[in-house]
Amino acid sequence: MEIVMAFVIGFLFMAATYLMLSRSLLRIIIGTGLLSHGVHLLVLTMGGLGGEAPPVLADGVEASQFADPLPQALILTAIVIAFGVTAFILVVAYRAYQSLETDNTTHMKGSDSDE
Amino acid sequence: MNLVLAIFIPLIVAIVVPFLYKSFKHIHTGWFVLAVPLTLFLFYTSFIQRVANGETFSDTLHWVESLQLSFISYIDGLSLLFSLLITGIGTLVVLYSIFYLDRTKEQLHNFYVYLLMFMSAMLGVVQSDHVITLYLFWELTSISSFLLIAYWFHKDASRFGALKSMMITVFGGLLMLGGFVLLSIMGDTYSIRELIAQAPVLFEHDYFTWALILVLFGAFTKSAQGPFYIWLPDAMEAPTPVSAYLHSATMVKAGIYLVARFTPIFAASELWIWLVTATGLLTLVWCSFFALKQTDLKGILAFSTVSQLGLIMSLLGAGAMAYHVEGAAETVFKYAAFAAIFHLINHATFKGSLFMIVGIIDHETGTRDIKKLGGLMSLMPLSFTVAMIGSLSMAGVPFFNGFLSKEMFLTAMLSITEFGFFHFDTWGVLFPIIAWVASVFTFAYSLYFVAHTFLGKHQPDQLPKKAHEAPIGMLVSPIILAVLVVTIFFIPNIVATYFIKPAVIAIQPFLYSTTADIDVHISAWHGFNTELLMTLGIFVVGFVVFMTLTKWQHHYNKMPNGLNFLYDGMMTLSDQGMNRLSNMYMGKSNQTYLLYMLGSFVVLVLGTLFTQGGFAFSTTHTAPVRFYDIVIIAVLVVGTLITIFTKSRLTSIIGLGVVGYTVALFFVIFNAPDLALTQLVIETISVALFLLCFYHLPKNSRKENRMRFQVNRFIISLAVGATVTIVAIAAQSQKLMPSISEYYKETVYSLAGGGNIVNVILVDYRGFDTLFEIAVLGIAGIGIYGLIKLRLDAKGKEKKHAENK
Repeated sequence: MEIVMAFVIGFLFMAATYLMLSRSLLRIIIGTGLLSHGVHLLVLTMGGLGGEAPPVLADGVEASQFADPLPQALILTAIVIAFGVTAFILVVAYRAYQSLETDNTTHMKGSDSDE
Repeated sequence: MNLVLAIFIPLIVAIVVPFLYKSFKHIHTGWFVLAVPLTLFLFYTSFIQRVANGETFSDTLHWVESLQLSFISYIDGLSLLFSLLITGIGTLVVLYSIFYLDRTKEQLHNFYVYLLMFMSAMLGVVQSDHVITLYLFWELTSISSFLLIAYWFHKDASRFGALKSMMITVFGGLLMLGGFVLLSIMGDTYSIRELIAQAPVLFEHDYFTWALILVLFGAFTKSAQGPFYIWLPDAMEAPTPVSAYLHSATMVKAGIYLVARFTPIFAASELWIWLVTATGLLTLVWCSFFALKQTDLKGILAFSTVSQLGLIMSLLGAGAMAYHVEGAAETVFKYAAFAAIFHLINHATFKGSLFMIVGIIDHETGTRDIKKLGGLMSLMPLSFTVAMIGSLSMAGVPFFNGFLSKEMFLTAMLSITEFGFFHFDTWGVLFPIIAWVASVFTFAYSLYFVAHTFLGKHQPDQLPKKAHEAPIGMLVSPIILAVLVVTIFFIPNIVATYFIKPAVIAIQPFLYSTTADIDVHISAWHGFNTELLMTLGIFVVGFVVFMTLTKWQHHYNKMPNGLNFLYDGMMTLSDQGMNRLSNMYMGKSNQTYLLYMLGSFVVLVLGTLFTQGGFAFSTTHTAPVRFYDIVIIAVLVVGTLITIFTKSRLTSIIGLGVVGYTVALFFVIFNAPDLALTQLVIETISVALFLLCFYHLPKNSRKENRMRFQVNRFIISLAVGATVTIVAIAAQSQKLMPSISEYYKETVYSLAGGGNIVNVILVDYRGFDTLFEIAVLGIAGIGIYGLIKLRLDAKGKEKKHAENK
C-alpha cells in the first residue's frame, strides 16, 4: 500500500508543481493547497499504514494494533499551519487584485520608480 | 623612544591636524605638520653611525598575541635608508607644499591628514619585520595614495587615476598577501628575519615557486613594473607635492624594497633572477622609449620614474645572481646590489627635485603642456638651474650623481654575459644591448624635458599666466635636493660607507657578514674601458635622437596604446559582462526562479540518492492494498486532474475541494479520526476563502483560459513528482529503527491520564509545538486584519477613506 501511496503522492506533487508554475495567482495558490495535501499524505504514509485501530485507548484493543500516533500529531500541526498561511496568502491575493487589478503574475513587475 | 611608536607618530599627529586647521585659520597648516617628518628625520639620523657599524635595532608592540600578531619594528641598513628617504624627502615635500597649496583655496586638513597617514604607512612597510603587519601598512599606502591622487575629487581625471591605481595596487597587494601566507606556512613563522634564516629549507618546499610569484606580483604592481606600470602616468593628476613624494621617491619604491628585502629568501631560484632582471630591463626600455612621446611635463617624469625603477629592479635581479657564483665572477655581481641602492638614492634626489620644478612651472605659468612652454630660462633662472642639474643627472652626465650609478649599471649589465647559469650565457648578450638602448632614450628625454621647457622661443600669448620666478620658499626644497645631487657625485664613498653598504648587507647576507667585507669603491674615473665607450655612445646617439625628435615623434601616434586599452577593455568587459550575465538569469518572472529551484532540487536529491546508493525497493513492511483504497485513490486522481485541466477556475477550486475531502477520507480509512475531522472543517473554510478570492477577481482578467501547456513546466513537474516518489519508496524500503511511538502508547494513560494518544501528544508530550502553532494562527489572523483594515497611501500616511468598498 505504501508503494502505491508513494505514486499517488508523487502525482499530487507533480500536479502541485505544474499549477505553481502557472501565471495565474489563483492557480498558484491552488497548487500550494495540493502541495500541502501531498506533504500530509507523505508524512502519514512514511509513518506506516499498517494500523488496525485508531490511536485511542479502547477495550479489547492491543497497543500493537494502534496506528502510529506521532505522524498524526505532526500532520495535525501541519494542517493548521498550512491553513493559517493559505488564508493569509488568499487575503494577500485578494488585496493584490484590488490594488493591481490583475491576477497575472507577469504583470506584477515593479519598476525602479516604485520604491 | 620606542621604534614602533615612531612609526605611528605621523598617524597620531594626523588626528589633531583638522583641529589645527580649524583653529588657526591664518597660519598655513603645513607649518605645524612640518615638525613631524623633521623630528623623525633627526631621530633616524641618530642611528646612522651605529647601523654603519653593523648594529641592528628592534622593538616589538604586541597586538594579538594568541595569533602571534605583533608590530615589530626592525632597523637595519636597508630599512634605515628607506626611513631616512621617507622622512627626509617628506620634510622637503611638506615645506614645498606650504608654498604650493593655497591656504585659502584648498582643503588643507584633508591633504595633510592623508599625507601623514601615508608617511606612517610607508615607515611601517619598510620597518615591519612581521609579514602580516607589512601587508597591513602596504594596503594603508594604497589607500592613502588613492586618497591623495583624488585630492581634487571634482575632476574626473583625478577620480579615474585614483581608481585605476587602487585597482592595480590592491590587486597586487592581495596576491602578495597570498605569498606571505604561503611563506609563513612554509617557515612556520611570520618574522622576515626568521624566514631569511631558514631560506635553504624554504627553497626545497613545494610552495616556494608560488610564494615567489605572488610576492613578485605585489612588488611589480606597487613599483609600476612590467604591464602594471599603466597606473602611474594616470596618477599624475595628484597635486605635485604628492607626485614628487609618492610617485617618485617613496611609494613606488616599496616594491623595490620588497624585492630587496626578500632577495635572501628567493635569490636561490632561477625564476626570481629571470623575472626580476628581465621585467626590470623591459620596463626600463619600454618606458624610456614612451617618455619621449609625452607632451605633459608630469607625463615625461612619470614614464621616466617607471623606467628608472626598472633599472633599479634589474640591478636587484643581477644582485641575486651573486648567490650562485663564487670566486672572480662574484666580485662583479656584488656591484649590482650596490649599484641598485646607489641609484635608488640618486633617483630619489633628482626625481624629487624635477617634480618640484614641474610644479613650480605649472604654478607660475598655468600649464604643464610642453608645446606651450619654452624660453623660460631667463625668466626663471633658479628653476632652470635646478632642472638642468636634475635632468643631467637623470641622463647620466658627469659631475652629477646619476653618472656614477649609470656607470655601475652598465658594468653590472655587461657582466651578466659572463654569468654561466640559467641560460644567461646565451641570452645574456641581450641585456647590455637593451640597457644601452634604454640609456640612449633616457638621455634623449632628459634633454627633451629641459630644452622644450627652458630653451627655445618664449610664447607669452600661449600661457594662462605671466611667467615669473617662483617665491623662494617654494624653491628651497628643490635646491636642497639639487645640492645633494652634486654633493653625492663628489663624496660617493662617504655615502657608500654610511648608507649603501649597510643596506647591501641586508640584501646579500649570503655574501657579507660585516660592512668591512664590501670592497666596492666608487670612482668617477675608471680608465678607458667598455663602459666609457658605451657612455660616450649614449651621449652621441642620444643627442642625435633628440635633435631629430621632431622628424619622427609623430610616428608614436601610430603605435597602439595596448596596455591601457587592455585595462579599459577589461574594466568595461567585467562591468558589462557581469551585467549581461545577471540580466541573463535574473529579472525574470517568479516562474523562472521556481524552475531554477525545482530543477536544482531534482538534480541534487536524485544525484545524491543514486551516487550514494540510497535507492532500494522492498515490500516487506508494507500494508496490504484494499478495495476502498483503490476507489479513494481513483477519486483523488480524478479530482486532481480536474483541478489541472479545467478551463474554469471555479471548477478548479471545486477540484481542490474534492482532493481535500478525499484526503479526509484517507485519514478515515487509515485510522486517524482527529485528522479527518480537522481536514474536513479546514477544507471547507479554505474552499470558502478560495471562492471569496475568485469572486473578487478583477473583471479584466476574468477571461477563462485553460492553462497553457508548456513542455518545460511539464518536464520539471514530472521530475519533481518522480523524485518525491522515488525518495518515498527508498525511505519506506530501508527503515532502520522502530518508532518511538511505543512509549506514547504505553504511557499515555499511566503518565498523562488520557486516552486519545494524538491529543495527549499535542497538548502534553509535545505541547510546545501546539503553543506556537496557535501563535501562527494568531499572527495570520492579525496579519489578515491588518491587510484589510490598514490602507496606507504611497507616502505611508493612512487614508481616511478607503477607495475600495
